[in-house]
Amino acid sequence: MLSLTWALIAVPLASALVLLLVGKRGDSWAPWAGVGASGATFVVGLGAYIELLSRDASDRSHHQHLFAWITGGELKVDAGLLVDPLSLTFVLLVSMVGTLIHVYSVAYMAEDKNRRIFFAYLNLFIAAMLLLVLADSFLLLFVGWEGVGLASYLLIGFWNYKPEYATAAKKAFVVNRIGDIGLIVAMGLMFAAFGALDFETVLGGAAGASEATLTGIGLMLLLAATGKSAQFPLQSWLGDAMAGPTPVSALIHAATMVTAGIYLIVRSAAIFNGAPTAQLVVAAVGAITLIMGAVIGMAKDDIKKALAASTMSQIGYMMLAAGLGPIGYAFAIFHLVTHGFFKAGMFLGAGSVMHAMKDQVDMRRFGALRGAMTITWVTFGVGWLAILGVPPFSGFHSKDKIIEAAFVGEGWQPWIFGGAALIGAGLTAFYMSRLFFMTFHGKARWTDDQHPHESSWLMTVPMIILAVGSAFLGLILASGDRFATWLEPVTGHVEHHDPVLSIPVIIGATLLLVALGAFAAWRLYGAREVVPVATQGSLATIAARNDLFQDQINEALYQRPGQHVTRMLVFADAAVVDGAVNKQAAGFLKWGESWRRLQTGYVRSYVGTILGGLLIVLLIVVLGGL
Amino acid sequence: MTFTTPQIDWVPLTPILIVLGAAALGILLEAFIKAPQTRRLVQVGVALFALTSAGAVAVAHWVTLEGAGTIVMRDMVTVDRQSIAWQILIVLFAILAALLYADRTKAGEGAFTPLGAAAPGSAEETLARRKGLELTEVFPLLLFATGGMMLFTAVTDYVFLFVALELLSLPLYIMVSLARRRRLLSHEAALKYFLLGAFSSALYLFGAALIYGATAQTSMVGVGTLIPLIGGNDPILMVGVVMVLAGLFFKLGAAPFHSWVPDVYQGAPTPVVAFMAAATKAAAAAALLRIIYTSVHTLGWELNILIWTVAIASMVVGTVVALAQTDIKRMFAYSWIAHAGFILVAVAGFSDEALSALPFYVLTYGLASVGAFAVMTQVREREADGTVAAEAPRLGQWTGLGSRSPFLAGAMALFLMSLAGIPLTAGFVGKFVAFGAALSVGAWPLALIGVIASAVAAFFYVRLIVLMFFTDTPDVVKDAVAIDETPLARAVIIATGVSVLVLGVFPAWALGLSDQAAVFVTGLAGS
Repeated sequence: MLSLTWALIAVPLASALVLLLVGKRGDSWAPWAGVGASGATFVVGLGAYIELLSRDASDRSHHQHLFAWITGGELKVDAGLLVDPLSLTFVLLVSMVGTLIHVYSVAYMAEDKNRRIFFAYLNLFIAAMLLLVLADSFLLLFVGWEGVGLASYLLIGFWNYKPEYATAAKKAFVVNRIGDIGLIVAMGLMFAAFGALDFETVLGGAAGASEATLTGIGLMLLLAATGKSAQFPLQSWLGDAMAGPTPVSALIHAATMVTAGIYLIVRSAAIFNGAPTAQLVVAAVGAITLIMGAVIGMAKDDIKKALAASTMSQIGYMMLAAGLGPIGYAFAIFHLVTHGFFKAGMFLGAGSVMHAMKDQVDMRRFGALRGAMTITWVTFGVGWLAILGVPPFSGFHSKDKIIEAAFVGEGWQPWIFGGAALIGAGLTAFYMSRLFFMTFHGKARWTDDQHPHESSWLMTVPMIILAVGSAFLGLILASGDRFATWLEPVTGHVEHHDPVLSIPVIIGATLLLVALGAFAAWRLYGAREVVPVATQGSLATIAARNDLFQDQINEALYQRPGQHVTRMLVFADAAVVDGAVNKQAAGFLKWGESWRRLQTGYVRSYVGTILGGLLIVLLIVVLGGL
Repeated sequence: MTFTTPQIDWVPLTPILIVLGAAALGILLEAFIKAPQTRRLVQVGVALFALTSAGAVAVAHWVTLEGAGTIVMRDMVTVDRQSIAWQILIVLFAILAALLYADRTKAGEGAFTPLGAAAPGSAEETLARRKGLELTEVFPLLLFATGGMMLFTAVTDYVFLFVALELLSLPLYIMVSLARRRRLLSHEAALKYFLLGAFSSALYLFGAALIYGATAQTSMVGVGTLIPLIGGNDPILMVGVVMVLAGLFFKLGAAPFHSWVPDVYQGAPTPVVAFMAAATKAAAAAALLRIIYTSVHTLGWELNILIWTVAIASMVVGTVVALAQTDIKRMFAYSWIAHAGFILVAVAGFSDEALSALPFYVLTYGLASVGAFAVMTQVREREADGTVAAEAPRLGQWTGLGSRSPFLAGAMALFLMSLAGIPLTAGFVGKFVAFGAALSVGAWPLALIGVIASAVAAFFYVRLIVLMFFTDTPDVVKDAVAIDETPLARAVIIATGVSVLVLGVFPAWALGLSDQAAVFVTGLAGS
């Protein structure tokens, strides 16, 4: 199956094109064609996995050259695919979760008359995401990077007849553009330093490059990662991105695309290993975002936005782990995989709830849904336990490793990063429990026309499968360090380091904080009655509800000054640039008019011109020769 | 006095012989086939068959050729890769032109007058038109001119070059005079072209005589080997070289030897202009390259001053005066002058790159201009009684063409963009390699002026695009301008349009072939 890797991209891409071009005729079979294309990628991915597994650990890398892509001067880039444990992990995650969400969408989008387009976009996303992770060069990765950005934009704005949804799509697009500039500049630096953009040359040559170069490249890659993964300071788009249909939020804005930034950093490990400063910044960004996301999540009443804040926070954990260097890479990817399962599962659960509650997203209007929607309640509950990090659920194995790794080091760093990770765990327990209790427990606060019911099997089966993964995947992958060993060819072998606190202490403290958080949430939202309309709240609550004023800060810091600069430039353009050009054009025209008169129409004057010209030319030649 | 028969290697000359033979055959056919319609069909068939088979033989020769080429006749004619490349281009342009020659409007009228000898507006002319006479001599004339041009690219002797020059010029003078509409303008153009052409031929011939006087040689290579010994300070040699080149600059349409171009473009039948624009440019560029690279390059600095001066003058005159034009053909005439300047930019410094850049450049330029002139044959004036008349010459008459005929306006926009050198069209790649040739020998001031001239030129190209697409059609234009639809012109438009796009997006293959063309059997190239 390894030789068929190109099909991983070609099949969903072809399916997307067909679905887009086939017109209304395809409306009836489009959803299942989309499911089929996505399912095919999973089959191929699984085949490749089995084939790779049968090889020696040192030989688990398959490079497939596709074609000579760009040959321009010194820049030569071949298009090729790189299948190794890291990319294959993503392929399996994307294709499996993607296929489940495709199936879920068949029921979720059944009423939408544009569902053919929806499935085309979903397939386009799968193709682009797989290209992103399979690319063998930064440039090809960039194509996939832009492709998932495009798919994300199209899907956030899928219901673009609502102006605020279209605005949300645009916001995601613009913020991502800033990150993309980082990737472009990083590629420029790579080309300047290594003369190539393929992984082999760049990552292989990283050891020989100066630290300053590596730091520059690393920071630019980090900028790209913060845009795509909604990390501080480019995090503001993710909350608004919840405007897209819920399956999109589950697939793109929780499980896969937003983790592309982590992939980028782990893939560029060789660069970051040589740039400790850049690594420190990565870890700091992760720590800031994980706390920020958790704080925002505590005050959100919109179930999807609360989950989005949680996604931000969880990716913050992964970013922190990736910034810790070789000891963290494997755990970052490990948490990424488990998070992909439990967060996608919870998003699908939220979608199921919304389906039952007539697209209501305000948790203050939920409550007591566990009776009406047992399957959703159970599957969501598994995801909740997983994200809390309750043993033996998946999140425990991955998150706990990150917290432990964060406590490794010297000086102040382990205390800051470890402390942030620890506190984040407590905050996570609080806001996720708040979400869970407000939705499924307490008293029903439904509006009169809502009659919740369990969703159809097409929606519940994917939720059940994801819940099973959320429950057991962590345990399976963690036992005997199976996952870390699998990734070792890419992330490198790591000696065991002892944290500054002993491991039982860390685990104990984490569990204690989680229990406290969950208990506080139960006291506030489970046992007590929740008012259907939010009260004013304290200053801190208001800040958190407003995403810690990130939009206002962006507006004051960038948008307003930007608008003024733009206005100034427009004025300068009209007055100076256009003015100069127009004056010049007028001058040229006058010039032309005056020379036009030389063209009298008389042969004698033409001969005169030729003869005069000849004499002048002769004179110039003779004078020039002197 | 002994006289030895020259040894001639006939085989490489086959394409030229086919074309000239078919031309002679065409003259005979004129005498033997009486029925005008039959004669026209036969002439079209002969011309197209001769041109395509000449092209095929030339291509076959290119493919099977080992090494640089063959000296056909000692010191006189050399068929090498460089000249074969130009011959293929000229034949290609001649085929496209022949299609336009053969085309006729929906009302069934061709581009040429039915009776060239009749005075404009005379009773004889009216009678000839009513009788449905056909002036089919244009096809043999086209073949003669084509044959002359092909020979022009291969000649390596100053005196023999003059013969080829006249062979290609005389048919052109006649064809210019044969327009069906606006006969007086056509006659005036032909007369001016003839007088000025004779003048420039005289300049050339006098220059060749001076060169002979200075070196006692007429062979290009022979002169080239003597120049270093005589040196550039010899006034007779210098004046001779400048005058010879002036004769070629005249054909190339470079300033200050350009004054005939606008009047001839305006008066000549459009198919003839299309042929001249592309094929004459190719022939003149080929001969210029051969003279410079095999013979006079050793003058070095003095020669370079001449080329710089003429190049700058052509670019400036061409672009600046084009801005002030209101007649579309005159606008293209000035654009042609500017392109002569761009060609000279590539030549400046005598880089090897110019030898490969120019065939490609002239190909892109020729395709775009043949296509543009083909579009011009489709936009015609409508008279008060509704009959479709002559082509619409004024720019104002093209207003709003985009909504009336998206195909024509779109094709025209594509050709204009290619001429302006907008990326993803052939013209961009052509300019890129041409200016690249100048940069490779450090002639960056010329390349800079070329880029500025291109930017200024873009103004008048884009102005026509704006007129066609972004201006509403006034009612006057709607009534007075008719869109014709003739199959052959449309075929030419499609063929050239597709080529312009393909060469713009995938130029590598053609550039590779063009690279192989950078070979002379004798001379500077490669040394």
